[in-house]
Amino acid sequence: MTAMCDVAFLLLSFFVMTSTAKLPEPLPVDTPASTVQTKLPDSDLATITVGKEKVFFGVVGKDIRILTLEKIGEKYNVNFTDEEKKKFSLVDGFGVPVGGLKQLLALTGEERNKEGLQPGIPYDSTDNQLREWLLAARLATKELNNAELKIAIKGDAKEEYPTVKKVIDILQDQKVNKFFLVTGLRSEDF
Amino acid sequence: MAELNTGDGGGKGKKVRSKKQNAGVDLTAMVDLAFLLITFFMLTTSLSKPQSMNLAMPDKDKTDPTKIIEIPDDRSLTILIGKDNKILWYKGQTAAPLEGPSAAPFGKEGIRKVILDQIAKVKGIYGADPKKGLIVVIKPSKESNYKNLVDILDEMAITSVPTYAIVDITPDELKMLDKEGMN
Repeated sequence: MTAMCDVAFLLLSFFVMTSTAKLPEPLPVDTPASTVQTKLPDSDLATITVGKEKVFFGVVGKDIRILTLEKIGEKYNVNFTDEEKKKFSLVDGFGVPVGGLKQLLALTGEERNKEGLQPGIPYDSTDNQLREWLLAARLATKELNNAELKIAIKGDAKEEYPTVKKVIDILQDQKVNKFFLVTGLRSEDF
Repeated sequence: MAELNTGDGGGKGKKVRSKKQNAGVDLTAMVDLAFLLITFFMLTTSLSKPQSMNLAMPDKDKTDPTKIIEIPDDRSLTILIGKDNKILWYKGQTAAPLEGPSAAPFGKEGIRKVILDQIAKVKGIYGADPKKGLIVVIKPSKESNYKNLVDILDEMAITSVPTYAIVDITPDELKMLDKEGMN
């Protein structure tokens, strides 16, 4: 009896800890629902979050994140320290221009995810940093895992179509024609 | 019975006296609750993975932007998405539609009926050849939102339309939407 109790509570504490470890997202979005039941892949995945005309970007995997950051640093002539790289490898998603990245990494996780702090990644034609991030992440995935980066778009249900269209156009300019749309679940009866 | 022994159960080296009643704590309820919580957390952690929808866009061929793929009028259904979650659909060409343009709402009674109806009609003309099914062209206007796009793609999945594509809206079609007050 005592042993069973012990095991039960050990498992309980394990699940409680692992399930609460997820940090709040910097850009909370309300995804629309669909009936399609395909799960999102776990690895080699980049998520583009679109909401309130802002675009956030995130890649899965610590190694890929670090290599992506290095590539971006090279491109924009910013030197990131090892400390900053390590911090960046723990960031799920972010939405700042490259210039503000150092400042963002200096903050703690909680401060970083405050709503309205991050202005979004520039994605217009004059300063298309989203394209550079995508390119860097794709190259990094190819180098490390020898796999194609899969791209998921997580859009807010109320987001206007032109914003989403712009993001899709950026993807298509890189010949990425297949991607995932993150959705919630609902029944066919609506 | 699950219980915690708190009594000393009689000391050694002393005379055996009349046995004391053990004060026991019943643990059954606590263990029940612990297992209930375990099950809950186990299930929620494995289910938290988000759902997703695959979307494949047609390849943008920059070398030849004027290339137009010809499709028969009676197999093409164009769906225009206007403002306030409204849909305008027509069959065939913009200049001389075979059917419509008529408005329809989203959902089971609205656009899904139209699509299923059109699939049946195409089957009636061309037979059940999967290569000659209905072709749906989705054209969201600037006033539509992301939910509309996902909703209409979902309808495609539900009605299993063999071919569909998301295409930019043309000025003529915008006029069509204006006429109906949907732009």
